[in-house]
Amino acid sequence: MRREMWKGNEAIAEAAVRAGVEAYFGYPITPQNEVLEYLSHRMPELGRAFVQAESEPAAINMVYGAACTGARVMTSSSSPGISLMQEGLSYIAGTEVPMVLVNVMRGGPGLGNIAPSQGDYNQICKGGGHGDYHPIVLAPASIQEAVDLMPVAFELAHKYLNICTILIDGSIGQMMEPVLLPGMQPVVRKEYDWAVSGAKGRKRHFLSSIYLDVPTEEKVNLRILGRWREAQANEIRFKEYYLEDADFIVIGFGTAGRIALSAVRTARALGIKVGLFRPISVNPFPYKRVEELVKQTSSMLVVEMNTGQMLKDVQASVRNRIPVRFYGRLGGVMPFPDEFVNEIQEMIKNPGKPEDDSADLWYLRMMAR
Amino acid sequence: MTVTIVHPENMVYTRPEGFTDTPTHYCPGCTHGTAHRLVAEVLQEMNILDKTIGVAPVGCAVFAYNYFDIDFVQAAHGRAPAMATGIKRVLPESVVLSYQGDGDLASIGMAETVHAAARGENITIIFINNAIYGMTGGQMAPTTLPGMKTTSSPNGRDVETQGYPIRVSEMLATLDGAGYIVRRSLHDPKNIRLAKKAIRVAFETQVHGLGFSMVELLSTCNTGWGVTPLQSLAWLEEHMIPAFPLGDFKIAPAVAALKI
Amino acid sequence: MPARGWIEVNDQYCKGCELCITACPPKVLELDSEKLTSKGYHPTHIFKDGCTGCAICALVCPDAAITVYREVTKAPAPVAAGGD
Repeated sequence: MRREMWKGNEAIAEAAVRAGVEAYFGYPITPQNEVLEYLSHRMPELGRAFVQAESEPAAINMVYGAACTGARVMTSSSSPGISLMQEGLSYIAGTEVPMVLVNVMRGGPGLGNIAPSQGDYNQICKGGGHGDYHPIVLAPASIQEAVDLMPVAFELAHKYLNICTILIDGSIGQMMEPVLLPGMQPVVRKEYDWAVSGAKGRKRHFLSSIYLDVPTEEKVNLRILGRWREAQANEIRFKEYYLEDADFIVIGFGTAGRIALSAVRTARALGIKVGLFRPISVNPFPYKRVEELVKQTSSMLVVEMNTGQMLKDVQASVRNRIPVRFYGRLGGVMPFPDEFVNEIQEMIKNPGKPEDDSADLWYLRMMAR
Repeated sequence: MTVTIVHPENMVYTRPEGFTDTPTHYCPGCTHGTAHRLVAEVLQEMNILDKTIGVAPVGCAVFAYNYFDIDFVQAAHGRAPAMATGIKRVLPESVVLSYQGDGDLASIGMAETVHAAARGENITIIFINNAIYGMTGGQMAPTTLPGMKTTSSPNGRDVETQGYPIRVSEMLATLDGAGYIVRRSLHDPKNIRLAKKAIRVAFETQVHGLGFSMVELLSTCNTGWGVTPLQSLAWLEEHMIPAFPLGDFKIAPAVAALKI
Repeated sequence: MPARGWIEVNDQYCKGCELCITACPPKVLELDSEKLTSKGYHPTHIFKDGCTGCAICALVCPDAAITVYREVTKAPAPVAAGGD
């Protein structure tokens, strides 16, 4: 097995193919067009289903239909398109059928731009569509990590009968890196006792998210919650760098986490005892681990490409016991490692107080530039 | 010699008033520019530039607002007719223009398009049909021809799995709310002149409150089609006109009676 | 005697797409290989006698880069291209 140069979007598409995805339904939107384009020839080549839908709502409803058969199915989009899919995603969650979603985040809100951002964290991690549901969300920081997480995404979606979202941004989608792709897994359509396939020889199955009987709807919500609680207990993923003797910890996910790694290495070379905590499952969020880290560090720096969304999850674990500093870049602006190094140095010089409003102080600093 | 010719009195044509100074981002030879020019000329000749509000789509023409010196808004992909409806209903005296490509109008926006026409919304849609998605890199469009290679139909549009192109003008003409639905082309001087006339009638339809008006303009995309600008004109004539016949699909009697 | 005309091509807008060159009936246009616009295109220009000021070049130009002049002989000239 040799490493090959792959573009992020295409590697993710191929990884899905190798994980046995049976159907892809999507719509063009930059910066993830290559996922659609790649699969437009790869899927028919393998006799699998591909449709370029007329729109994102159409695409997600095609996914919904295919998911009801128990097949491995996915779609991909970017921020504005993901917004369009939210109704369909809520239906999929309410019907309790599995699917994989890839969101290649771009600058926003609205039409925004096609540059990388992390502005959809809240939307993706806290539901996004209406109602009580919690998609499993994985945030890789490199193409290899995204490729490795793709089969995991399908496993988790099918194990928990849930949406599993791969959350990346335009930089990961567009960059090219050496990647080791896994071998081809066969397409296996599991026999589910709820799937629709034609009721020959069995009692018929009915799939819907409609529950007019209100106590029944409550039971369904509790059932969905029960599976989510299981995922919360079992599907925490993160990566730690240089934490053993760290006095300060930087926390970032995805591309921000990757840039932070460069910054942390630079800071270490300058003699600063700083480490990096990079959540990979951003939903369920590794609250417990962050809490543990509070005990062994004097302050934390949260870095994101948004106005402080994952920050709130970190703060929920920290609960004002140590100072938390925040640094964010917005609208498609990608931070450079030296900006983070600066922030680390500032954090050491002016540690701040545990009760500081991190986002507020960052905003004032941003406006003062 | 030239000194005597180049004289304000002799000026026969210049850049339309309705244009800003901004050079367009469109590819060299892209007939989006031609369509823009015709719209600007018509609005200037009708003296309604300062009453016109444009709605920009998502697609190559997303930046249309940079090129027309009129009020403009930016719609989400496919939703321009809905935005145009919102504007026209609160500002009935304004002239509302929706300028859309084939993805915007006939794919994601198909419902908005149909319903604006069904409601007889007094807006004017300029529909740029170049059978491809330009801005996002050349994917298949609802008007892509069978067998046509695009980045999402790399082996040619396979009608078995990817269906057939949609003739939007013919479809919309079945709706009672439609006042003026025609298809023209931008591939040669004669057809450009006919296109301009049609655009004029479309705006007159709106100004006289005679219902929904749309001019479908067969256009080139030399980059998406993988040919030179000049080759794209020939490609349009050879391939698109047979699939999308030029003509008048709906002209309400009141529109036909207009003296323009 | 045919009308005499002249065109001015604005370098800011011309993208050297050549649509005007093909459309020009007396074929007096070509790309100026000696000139580059700020965007790196060779703009079009008149390279020989014979321009009649018909304005067909301006009619096909996607970039509204062309201003057309036609020498007034007897009747006044029309004011916009394509309008007839």
